[in-house]
Formats: sequence, structure tokens, C-alpha cells
Amino acid sequence: MSKPIEHDYIGLSEQQLPSMEKSSDAGNKKNGLHLKATELRLGLPGSESPEREDHDHKLLSLKSFVSGAKRGFSDTLNGGGKWVFGGGNGGGSEGLFSPRSGSSNGGNGLSGSDSGVGGPVLKDEAAQKPVVGQEKKPQVAGGSGHGNGNIAPVSNRAQVVGWPPIRSFRKNTMASHPPKNDDDAEAKLGSGCLYVKVSMDGAPYLRKVDLKFYGSYKELSSALEKMFSCFTIGQCGSHGVPSRDGLSESRLIDLLHGSEYVLTYEDKDGDWMLVGDVPWEMFTDSCKRLRIMKSSEAIGLAPRAMEKCKNRT
Amino acid sequence: MESSEVNMSRDSSELDESARGSSSPDLALERVLSLLKSHRDRSSVSLVCKDWYNAERWSRTHVFIGNCYSVSPEIVARRFPKIRSVTLKGKPRFSDFNLVPQNWGADIHPWLVVFAAKYPFLEELRLKRMTISDESLEFLAVSFPNFKALSLLSCDGFSTDGLAIIATHCKNLTELDIQENGIDDKGGSWLSCFPESFTSLEALNFANLTSDINFDALERLVGRCKSMRVLKVNRSISLEQLQRLLVNALQLAELGTGSFSQELTFRQYEELESTLSSSKNIHTLSGLWEAKGLHLPALYPVCTHLTFLSLSYAPLQSGELAKLLAHCPQLRRLWVLDTVEDEGLEAVGSSCPLLEELRVFPADPFDEDIIHGVTEAGFVAVSYGCPRLHYVLYFCRQMTNAAVATIVQNCPDFTHFRLCIMDPGQPDYLTNEPMDEAFGAVVKTCTKLQRLSVSGLLTDLTFEYIGRYAKNLETLSVAFAGSSDWGMQCVLTGCPKLRKLEIRDCPFGNAALLSGLDKYESMRSLWMSACHVTMDGCRQLAREMPRLNVEVMKEDGSDDSEADKVYVYRSIAGPRRDAPPFVLTL
Repeated sequence: MSKPIEHDYIGLSEQQLPSMEKSSDAGNKKNGLHLKATELRLGLPGSESPEREDHDHKLLSLKSFVSGAKRGFSDTLNGGGKWVFGGGNGGGSEGLFSPRSGSSNGGNGLSGSDSGVGGPVLKDEAAQKPVVGQEKKPQVAGGSGHGNGNIAPVSNRAQVVGWPPIRSFRKNTMASHPPKNDDDAEAKLGSGCLYVKVSMDGAPYLRKVDLKFYGSYKELSSALEKMFSCFTIGQCGSHGVPSRDGLSESRLIDLLHGSEYVLTYEDKDGDWMLVGDVPWEMFTDSCKRLRIMKSSEAIGLAPRAMEKCKNRT
Repeated sequence: MESSEVNMSRDSSELDESARGSSSPDLALERVLSLLKSHRDRSSVSLVCKDWYNAERWSRTHVFIGNCYSVSPEIVARRFPKIRSVTLKGKPRFSDFNLVPQNWGADIHPWLVVFAAKYPFLEELRLKRMTISDESLEFLAVSFPNFKALSLLSCDGFSTDGLAIIATHCKNLTELDIQENGIDDKGGSWLSCFPESFTSLEALNFANLTSDINFDALERLVGRCKSMRVLKVNRSISLEQLQRLLVNALQLAELGTGSFSQELTFRQYEELESTLSSSKNIHTLSGLWEAKGLHLPALYPVCTHLTFLSLSYAPLQSGELAKLLAHCPQLRRLWVLDTVEDEGLEAVGSSCPLLEELRVFPADPFDEDIIHGVTEAGFVAVSYGCPRLHYVLYFCRQMTNAAVATIVQNCPDFTHFRLCIMDPGQPDYLTNEPMDEAFGAVVKTCTKLQRLSVSGLLTDLTFEYIGRYAKNLETLSVAFAGSSDWGMQCVLTGCPKLRKLEIRDCPFGNAALLSGLDKYESMRSLWMSACHVTMDGCRQLAREMPRLNVEVMKEDGSDDSEADKVYVYRSIAGPRRDAPPFVLTL
């Protein structure tokens, strides 16, 4: 199946632009760009490089697809070598792209106004996509659909105007805020369990809980309550503190009747911290062990906890 | 006798009720007909006899016009004297994908001018793919003192200045819904234009605007509009701000959050969670920009009674989605990004047995290097778990005939089946065969099918199947498919209920175009672009069918004989008088 040529009015979002950098080495992208450009002998239309001929052939046979952005395309043809990566001449490529760097690639902005993505092409901006395969097709510019003749460089993948059929708004939105590949989150999800010791002042033995099992402080707090309830003196008191689903330390304070306990944890650095300050995921990442300590012992931590308690009454 | 007198006197649109006579049988009929809401039912009613036609036209308060050029505002006003709500659609659907040049038309202004004269008590205006300028918005704001609801979807031509005028002048506004428009966003000050005395707003949707708005103004607005049931804010609103809005609007039924990724202190998180727990009426949730798994648990209390969840701007991973969906047993409609992958869709299948609609959008449609996204496996998994599924929009990079056959076997009630295999002309990736049998299975099994979008490598066989089996099909979208004129002919001769046919980049030519001569007047419209139709073919069509508007848009530099983009539609208003130079009416 022959691939249609890219002539996208909306043009290319950031996803396409980094492709020009993709082929370069990880290091200094800008330098790599030029090296690569010279390596692949990108040159004037009609030069001998096989990729070029293939490209031309496709151009001729798929005339109908070209129709979408004729303006832009003929510009590039007439411009001769201008649209190439300046073959080692930094100035050339700068010259090509900088006037357009402020211009729309079909608009990363909602309105299609000229919020540019052209700029990042030349900078060392992180290409969010992995390095692409060896073949590098000549760059063809697509025109903007907004009548101002902006030219944006295309990626390896030949594309067609208006395909896939996604509304401009969505295209522009996803382009300007591409989904981050949250590898950390994925790793976490797959990593199984995370048992930590839980000690309580005055209790004869410790317990262990699997932090991965819980999704929030609330869940952990309920579990700890159940675990250590046998050590409480009496009923859950009503201290006038309204029952909350939230903060663990205040419930423990309520339940562990009379005496104020606080829930603390030892983090990766060996410091003892008050549970509840940081987002849950961050907490599970850094917690090594838990300790339910008497507030009188939690010097420095306790006053804050007590204040919090008072503030809520 | 009495009724004919009454009918004749009705030529004057100033006739009021008392002049008709209280014992007129038509009045009773009108009362009955006023209960009819569906415009199709009303169309049927109006065809029964003249009496019914008149009774119907006097009782109609809402008019739906699917193609703004099929009729003129004067004709509408003459027929329906008592309209208070208008829905208008303009440009062909492919304009959403930039296949229609700028300044094509569908300007609302001529309609507004007529409405100002004939419907001074107009209350609602809902536009899709129309052009509306700030001047038109101003005209709207000052011409209709009772104006209540403005909804703009996929429109263009206006800016936030226009919104400011609406906010300033429309004292009775209940709904302002601005979705996915080509709006010139000049800033968020428009929202501050709602006067402090203004309290009637029930629905506010500015989710797709980008600029920051004055949060204090929004907070006060939401606080004083006690009937507000729909609030969809934009990305500039943080989680903390969202909490502050919600706490004063616990009656909300539909919520669109702003950015969902602020770093919250535990206390803030707790407050948010608590407020969301109290928002017991929310059944529709959207927004969730940049949502991270981190804060999603705050939504769990809302999830239990959620029926519509849109994560189409929240690139979640499969695990995050799974955890969230575990709390959404009542879900009927779900929109997601393909970052959730097949695993995420498995969770859909296992957690949401009541699901009726699924839309999976591509997060990275243009990057070939991305090997993520969803495949046929995800779709199949959903079909096993969600037998009530009847609406699907699915963007994927690979599909097989066997998978689709399984899917429709599990879910035979599809009414809308829109499958987009993103590489044009791609075959079944396992067998390398065309995808004909997949769509064949769809049309054979899903007898209620109303809307179909096909993709992948398709021969004329697909269209034979469609023509033979898709007896309820109303809308068909085709791209990069078919082998010859025969394919299109099968559809035109076979699908009795076909109303909208849109085709691009297919090998259908004049013979195919002309085979539909008898058909086009019963359809709303036909679009053909980048096919093999020529100017001569179009001229012939125009000659033989004078009640059709046959419009051609030519591309720069294409052959004189080629008809690059053809748009054919029935009209009682005659050829367009506002056509730009690049639109040729034949």
C-alpha cells in the first residue's frame, strides 16, 4: 500500500516536528541534525537519492492528495533547496524555519491563530518520540488552512489532509499537551506489594501492612484502626471533633481515647515525618516504616497535630 | 367550511388565538400536537392533510434545520409563526477535518435578521458548523429580549468579545454552551461581564476556551445562580478553585472540571474529596485535563452515580482507568483516550456492564512510531462485558475481520458503528485480506444500524453488503475504499433510509454519481471529494435534477474537468446567493 503524501492544512503538531531531530543522536540535537542532514544527502528536488525519486513518484501518482495544500507544496518546490535542512548550513535552516517559527501548524491554539510550534524544531527541545527508523524522506511542507500560507515541516509519515478524521480542536489540544508516558506510574502499578512494619507505642508487638493494598490515607487509616483497636482503652470518644473521612491522625487521636497519638513514618532519608502531608503516591514511595507514637513523644510534630485538632473543633 | 375559513385567515401571521374561535376543532388538534416534540413526528403529522398541516405549523415551537441551505429563513418564518427555539446546522461534516475552505458560508446573520422581525420572542439558538460573527452575536443580544439559550458547536467566526456582549445584555440567559469552536480567544474577561444581578444561568460550558478567566467573578456567578445544573470550566481552573466552586453548587448534575493535576496539600485534597462526596447529583463528568492517577480517588464518591464519563482529554494509563472504573458501575457512556490500551478496555468490559456508548480517541494520531493505542483485542473485550453497547467510535491501528464478527455477535444492537483504522487502506493484519467481511458482519447482524463509518482496505463487496443489508442506515462515511462505481451504486440503490452520504478519496466516478438521481431528493446531502467525478458528470446531475443544488469546489491547479469536491443537497430555497467564488453552483 502506497502511503499518501503529507499535505496537512492543520499541519503538524509537535509530534511531527521532532521527527526531524529524531534521526540525530541523543546528544546535541542541533549538531546531530546537521550531521544527519549531510549524511543523508538531502538535496534539491530531482537529486539522485532513492528516497527522493520514490517521493516524486508518489507525488505524481497521488495527485489528489496533493490538492490539500498545493500552496505550501509548490512553495517548497519552487524554493529549491531552501526547504531542506540547509545541508550543514545552520544559517540556511534557521532562515527557512525561523520566519515560520511563530506561525501556525494548524494552530496549537484553539482558534487556529498563530501560536507557533515551528520554534522548537531548531532548539534542543526534548523530542518526545523515540528515534525513528533510518529512512528519512525529504521534508515537504504543508500549508496552513487558515489562508496565511504558513509552512510546517512534515514527518516521515506521509499524511493526508483531514485524516484520521479528528476535529481540529482535539488535534490542536492534544498536540500542545501531548500525553506523557508516565513510566513511573506504570512501574509502580506492576511492582506488587510493599510491606512496612507498623509499631505502636505501648503495644507488645508490631504489625505489617502492605501499602500497595491501599489507595489512600483514608483506607490506610481505617486498616490501622482495625489493627490496633485492641490496644485502645475505651470507646471511640466524641471530642467534638466532627467525624471525618480524611485525616488519619485525628481519627487515631479520637479513637485512642484520651491520649493523643500521632501517626508518623520513617522516610527514605531516615527522617520521621508526620503522615498525611504529601500525596499518597509520594508517601508510599518514600515510607519505610510506620509508627503510631504518643504525641507527648512526638516533640516538634505533636504541637502541630494538636493545633490541627483544635482548629477543627 | 369553518376550518377552511380559519385556514385562509391564517395567511396573516399576526392572527392570534382568539380570532380562530375557541370551539375550532383545529385548536383542539393544536393542543394535542403541541405535545409532540420530535421533529420527525411533526413532519409526518403535517403530511396527513391540510388541516393537520396547519394545526401542526401553529403549534410548533422548535424548528430543526439540518442543512441551512435547504430552506430560507423567510420560508421558515412563513410556515412556522410561533417558533421560540431554532437548531441550525451549516457546513458539511467534513469541514471539521479541514476539507472545506474558509469563508464557505453558513452565515447565521441573514437568519437572525429574519428572526428579529418574525420571532422577536426567540429564546433558543443552537448552531452546529455555522459561521457567526461578533456583530451577529451583538445583534442577537439586543434583538431578542427573551433570549435564553445559546449553544455553539464547531462554529467559527467569533471571538470572546462576542461572548462578552451576550453576557452583558442577555438578562434571561439560562444556557451558554461554547463547544469546540474556532473561536478567537482574546482573553477571559467576558465572564466578568455577567452583571451582579444576573442569576438565571443553568448551564455554562466554556471548557474549550483557553484563556484564564477571573475566578472571583466565576465564583460569585456560580454562587448566585442557584439553578445551575451544568458547569463545565476550562483548563485554567485549578483543583483548589474547583472545590471552591463546587461547595456552592452541590446541586450540579453535570460537571466539567478544569485541570486535574495541581499539587495539593493533603488538607486541600481532603476538602476536595469531601466536597465531591456531597455532590450527590452529578451524573456527567468531563474535563479532567491532565488527570493523574494521584487525584482520581477523590472522584470515587461521584463515580458511584455517574452515567457519563468523558476522559477524552485525560491521558490515563490502563491501571489508572481500571481503578477508576471499578467505582463506576452505573456508567452508560464512556469516552477515553487510547492511552488506556487494551488492558484499560478490558477493565471497561469487566466494570461497566451497563455501558451503551464507548468512544476511544487517539492520543497521538499522527505518530507512526507510537506502538501503543488500542487494538482489536480491546474492542472485543468490551463487547464481551458490555452487551448493551450500541454506539461506538473506535480509533485503532489494527483490526481483523474475525474480531469485528465476534464484536457484533456479542453486541447485535449497534445503532452507530464508527470504526477508524488509522492507516488508510489497511487490510486485516492477520490474514491480509480486505476488511469487507468485518463490515459485512456488522450490517448483517446489526439490523438497527443507523450510522456507519468504514475504514481499512475495502472492495466493492463491502458496499454490496451495505446495500443489501443495511436497511435502516441513515448516515454513511467512506474514505479510501471501494474498487469501482459499482460499490457506490449498491449503496445508492440499496439503502432506503439513507440521508447523508459522505465520501472521500474513493474510485467512484460519474456513473456512480448519476446512479443516485432518484435518491438525492430523499437525502439531506451527498459529499464526494477526491473521487473520479468530473465537471461534466456534475453538470448532468444538475441538469436532470433541478431541485438539487449541485456545488463544486475546485482546487487550485487541478484539471479543469475534475470536480474536486462535490456537495449535493436538496433545497427549496434554490441555489445559494451567498456562494463564495470558489463554490460553483451548476
